[in-house]
Amino acid sequence: MENKKSWKEIPIGGKIIEAGNAAKYNTGSWRTFRPEKNDKKCINCLFCWIYCPDSSIKVEDDKMAGFDYEHCKGCGICASICPVKCIDMKKEIQ
Amino acid sequence: MTKKNLIPFTGDQAVAYAMKQIDPDVVAAYPITPQTEIVMNFSNYVANGQVSTEMIPVESEHSAMSACVGAAAAGARTMTATSANGLALMWEIVYIAASTRLPIVMPVVNRALSGPINIHCDHSDTMGCRDSGWIHIYCENAQEVYENTILAIRIAEHKKILLPVMVCQDGFITSHAVEGLELFDDKKVKDFIGEYKIEDPLLDVDHPVTYGPLDLQDYYFEHKRQQGEAMKAALTAIPEVLKKFEKTFGRKYDFIETYKLDDAEIAIVAMSSTAGTVKFVVDELRQKGVKAGLLRPRIFRPFPKEKLITALKNVKAVAVLDRSESFSAEGGPLYTDIKAALYDSGIRPLISNYIYGLGGRDIFPADINKVYVDLQDILKTGKVKTPLNYLGSRE
Repeated sequence: MENKKSWKEIPIGGKIIEAGNAAKYNTGSWRTFRPEKNDKKCINCLFCWIYCPDSSIKVEDDKMAGFDYEHCKGCGICASICPVKCIDMKKEIQ
Repeated sequence: MTKKNLIPFTGDQAVAYAMKQIDPDVVAAYPITPQTEIVMNFSNYVANGQVSTEMIPVESEHSAMSACVGAAAAGARTMTATSANGLALMWEIVYIAASTRLPIVMPVVNRALSGPINIHCDHSDTMGCRDSGWIHIYCENAQEVYENTILAIRIAEHKKILLPVMVCQDGFITSHAVEGLELFDDKKVKDFIGEYKIEDPLLDVDHPVTYGPLDLQDYYFEHKRQQGEAMKAALTAIPEVLKKFEKTFGRKYDFIETYKLDDAEIAIVAMSSTAGTVKFVVDELRQKGVKAGLLRPRIFRPFPKEKLITALKNVKAVAVLDRSESFSAEGGPLYTDIKAALYDSGIRPLISNYIYGLGGRDIFPADINKVYVDLQDILKTGKVKTPLNYLGSRE
């Protein structure tokens, strides 16, 4: 509960008064399995980017550049859809 | 004697007329006995072009309150009205209106909650949602219904409060009986209620906001805390509104009303129309030299604990009348709240509870007189033999 605001500091009624601030809400902690990429096998087809339901595939210069672990919930869709099976789901170690 | 210009209105007509003068931006309502005449009369005002209100004739009370929540969040001054099972049907959204902190004003015509099905007065409908986070005002007569409906707008919209308000009147007894009402000038009402402005309205597209998002373990508790604090703040903010009301209309109100209570040894605590009957009996008893009095809570939520304690501090025996049964096996809601308030104060009158008038069972002066006879006996013996009584129920 560190860094959380008190009842005096938040808008009343559960309103969210800042548009798009869901990006600041880190949901990656829910994850049981984390995706990891084998760079040698990846062909940068970006199927993983298309299918990821949480927009957690990072892309730089049209290339698959890793995962946003602050929002990835470990659903494994990327690993399942990957045509060259370059993504492994590994158990999170607490 | 100055001549008063009295208009014959029922309690329901009084509400509809107050709503006409308020001219809310949105009214979403569904008719239900005995509230029907509110919706019916107000619909006439809409059809005649006498108000600029967007009237939403919904298909159920759940939809009525849902539409009210949407409208109020969008930035519209919003009202509805209901009774009993209608209130029960909107229950889910009643809580959401309060927790979203939307200042919706809802006149409620008190009617027994089914079952068995019954259309007549008791307070089981609104008492059932006393924990919903709404402010509750209970009215003795149609005049008060009219005035409290106007008053409720300012209470609900007060910056320190921002909570929805229920304005309760007794079904049929008040809602359908014709009284001579003194009405306020349209302009005075407009000046009193002012313009409706809320922070962060949903329709302000330049400053997009979200209403009603998921709120989990990390912040739900803080939002509930805010509601609790707002209800506490209402205890100090409502007197500001009452003062403004007095300045505008010359009517002085408080959280409670006392009747011949200052030197009373025995007293009845009762809400709404029954208080009128109690006053009649108090007058009769006073003529016989019995020191009887009445305490009538007008605002039930927030609970005006300090006012009630001060009012009862010299009374030796008190009977609390509840027009609803809360099935706690310990008495009605008003009784248990008053007992809890007295606990810390050190003021401990002999106290008893009378559940009465359920499903519209008439309450006659003779019934009230019986309670005062019991109180005199309690005063003499110093003992409450039966704390929980059912007044007017056949044994």
